[in-house]
Order: sequence, then structure tokens, then C-alpha cells
Amino acid sequence: MNTLAGPTPPPDTVLEDIEVELFVRALKLRYGYDFSQYAPASLKRRVLQLVQAQHADTVSAITARLLHEPDFLPVVLEGLSVPVSEMFRDPDVFRALREQVFPVLASYPQINIWQAGCAHGQEVYSLAILLEEAGLYERSQIYATDFNESALNQAQEGIYPARDAQLWSRNYLAAGGSHSLADYYSARYELIKLDQRLRRNVIFANHNLVTDEVFCEAHLVLCRNVLIYFSDPLQDRTLGLFRDSLVRGGFLCLGTRESLAFAPSAVDFTPMNAALRIYRLESRNGGGG
Amino acid sequence: MNSPQAIVIGCSAGGLNALETLFAGLDRALPQPIAVCCHTGSATVDLMCELLGQHATLRVVEARERASLEGGVIHIAPSGYHLLVEASHRFALSVDERVSFARPSIDVLFDSAAEAYRDGLIGVLLTGANRDGAEGVARIRHCGGVAIVQDPADAAVPVMPQAALELAGADHCLPLAAIAPLLNRLCLT
Repeated sequence: MNTLAGPTPPPDTVLEDIEVELFVRALKLRYGYDFSQYAPASLKRRVLQLVQAQHADTVSAITARLLHEPDFLPVVLEGLSVPVSEMFRDPDVFRALREQVFPVLASYPQINIWQAGCAHGQEVYSLAILLEEAGLYERSQIYATDFNESALNQAQEGIYPARDAQLWSRNYLAAGGSHSLADYYSARYELIKLDQRLRRNVIFANHNLVTDEVFCEAHLVLCRNVLIYFSDPLQDRTLGLFRDSLVRGGFLCLGTRESLAFAPSAVDFTPMNAALRIYRLESRNGGGG
Repeated sequence: MNSPQAIVIGCSAGGLNALETLFAGLDRALPQPIAVCCHTGSATVDLMCELLGQHATLRVVEARERASLEGGVIHIAPSGYHLLVEASHRFALSVDERVSFARPSIDVLFDSAAEAYRDGLIGVLLTGANRDGAEGVARIRHCGGVAIVQDPADAAVPVMPQAALELAGADHCLPLAAIAPLLNRLCLT
């Protein structure tokens, strides 16, 4: 046996995995943000993208910056949340909300809606428009939450690239919108700004699905394409949060390709529109009616 | 390479016809799972699964979030989502930014599968009009897997296989008609 030869260097993808794990650990120990229960493949992609965007050579280099430069934290959080969405993404879902869910919501004197993981707010404004057109907005309260402070700020501003407006207008009409999306925004240079009256009943708040608890009683929870980034146990925990937050018979709307097959908490939800992932909370004790 | 554990396939412009030919030639006893990323303009891949299923020797289904890759089944990436393979050999989805203007992106599927299966992976890159997949082919080869790239001269649109050959090279560069027989040979021995 040749004792002079050093240990075989691990392939660099394995080294990267070690570095990502240390990065996640540093983020948790130093700032309390826990990404350890995120789905690993996507998380690693995002971390590596962050490395590239920062022109760093290794994950370890940004781990060091993260530990020593608190100002770097928002950059990291923004990079790890990469919020991408559209207004009225999956128009069928918004049509179903309008046609199947709103008639039930209309029976409540006050309607509370939790938009969990609102990112840059495209869906918050979509929802507000939909409620407005259904005549329900005056008695609605939307809680729009995200753990990413800079995303929340952008959501509040409601300013988006004008190049997106065309697709969003098509989505809006496909969702059954009764006006023109242009009625709800003003365009200027390369940007559009959503009518700020649309957020008169929106509360934007920082809430982390990983670590925070229930904070409102909701009739509808929208959380689309957020849980896809969570491991099974975290997905299950979050569904538990939604269950505890929803009134009996309340609605949960997830992304159209999400699966509840590995979440024990899913037993509490009955599919109302299985294809579009709209669920209703079962009555808790089976008897309540 | 170890004995193959999984196959990933990427294609774009001209891809549907190429997949039809490829799937018709696969041995129905193939035990490996197959995952496919094909750029499409449609909102769902229902129709694609149906069309491809008509001539395929294996079952063609849409890849489902969190589900395990199933042996002998062809899984198609859903429209509008990146499809990833976790180390646990289960699928994950993401709506992160487009990669090479595409979501689903071939690079994203190939990268993640390369790390999940390492030298047990076979990657196949077919016809297409952009550079998506080139990085992924590089990653597959780097992790010890086998890369099969369609001969650009034989491809409906040569840009994609050409870009991959230039960036990463390939273990096999073949016309489409020869790819299914090669896969059968690699996977059944």
C-alpha cells in the first residue's frame, strides 16, 4: 500500500455538497434562517448561482462573507428565494377561485385570505382584482407574507417590467377578467405600476413558513409553487400550519403540479378541484358539520 | 461507467418527431427509468404524452412532483417547470428563472440527474435550436456518466447537438436511428 499518496480528492460536485451544507449551517447559526429542510437539488442550484453572481470562486467564499458581513444577508436571502411569478399565472386556477370558491367566501361577513410566500406580489394583485370584480374586496383582508424583506418591499410597490404586461393581460382575460388589465395599472417607460388602491386591504408582513407559527384565521390560503422547494417533512409542517390557520371548510390553493402524496397532514384536506389543486379543510372532529 | 441506472433525454425544436422515432425503437424490457425534457410552447404536456405513447414501447407519463423515477417508464417534464432529480432518485420541480431561455431546461435536468446517478447515468441530447443541454452534457460526463449526442448532420435542427459537442464532446455521436439500438445494448447487458 502506498502510504505516500494523499487521499483521493473527492469529485468537485461532492465537495460542493459539503460546502453547501456548511453554508446552510452558517446561515442558520448566524442569522436564524433555516434552509436545511429545503429540497436539496434546487437549493444547491440557487447557492451556486449566488456564487456566480457574486463572482466568487467557491461556496466557501460566500459563506465567509455571510458570516462576517451582515449587509450581505439580504443579498443571500434574495438569491435563495428567487421569486418568479406572473399575474394570473395558470388562469384556470383564478377562474376556478372566482367561480367555485368566491361564492362560498361571499357567505362570510369578513373574508380573510392568507397569501403565503407572496414574493414580488403578482398574485396578491391578481387576487385583489378578482375580489374587486366579484364585489367582495371591501370586506376582504389579504395577508401577504414572505420571509424575504426586499421581495415584500417590491410587492408593496407593485412595479413590474412592462414587457410582462402582454402575457399578464392574456392571463387576466383567460381567468375571466371582466375589464382590461390595463385599467389596473399605469405604464411609464419600461415599467408598469399597479393601482395602489388595490392594496388598500392588503397587509404585507414578514413571516417565515419554516420557523413562524399561525397568525390569522383564514378562509382561503393561497400558497402556489412554494412548497415545491420544501422537503417532505417541511411540506408537511407547513400544511399543518395552513390547517391550523383555516376555518372549518376553508380553502387551500396550491400550485397545479404539487403533490401531497408524501404529506400525512394532507388527510385533513379534501380535493375540491383536484386538477387545479384546490382543497377544502375537513371538519376537525368529523362531527361538526 | 457502472451499469446504467437511469436515462435522461433532452430536445427542443424538432424534438417531438425525434422522440417518436427513439421511443419506438426502445426495447420494452428496458428496466431503467427515463426522464425527458422537451421544450414545448403548450401549457400542458398531456397531448405530448398521448402522442408519444401511441408509438412508444414503454409507458409515457408526465413526471410528478416528489414521485420516484419508475423503471421502464418514460417521464416527461411538465410544461412551465424545471424538472430535477434528487439524490433520493425522486423528482422535484422548480419555477426558478428560465435557463437558456427555457423552463423546463435540459441543463437543469441533466445537472441534477448527473449528481444523483453519477456514473450510472446515460444522457441523450437530440435536435434543437438553442444551447440548452450543452452544460448538462458536460456535467454528465464530468460525473462519469455516458453522453450520447445526435449527429448534428442528422438532426432536424443541428444547433443544440452541435453546441454540446463543442462544449463537452460526447461518448457517442450517432444518427437518430442508431440511438435506440445503442441504448438497448447499453441498458440490457
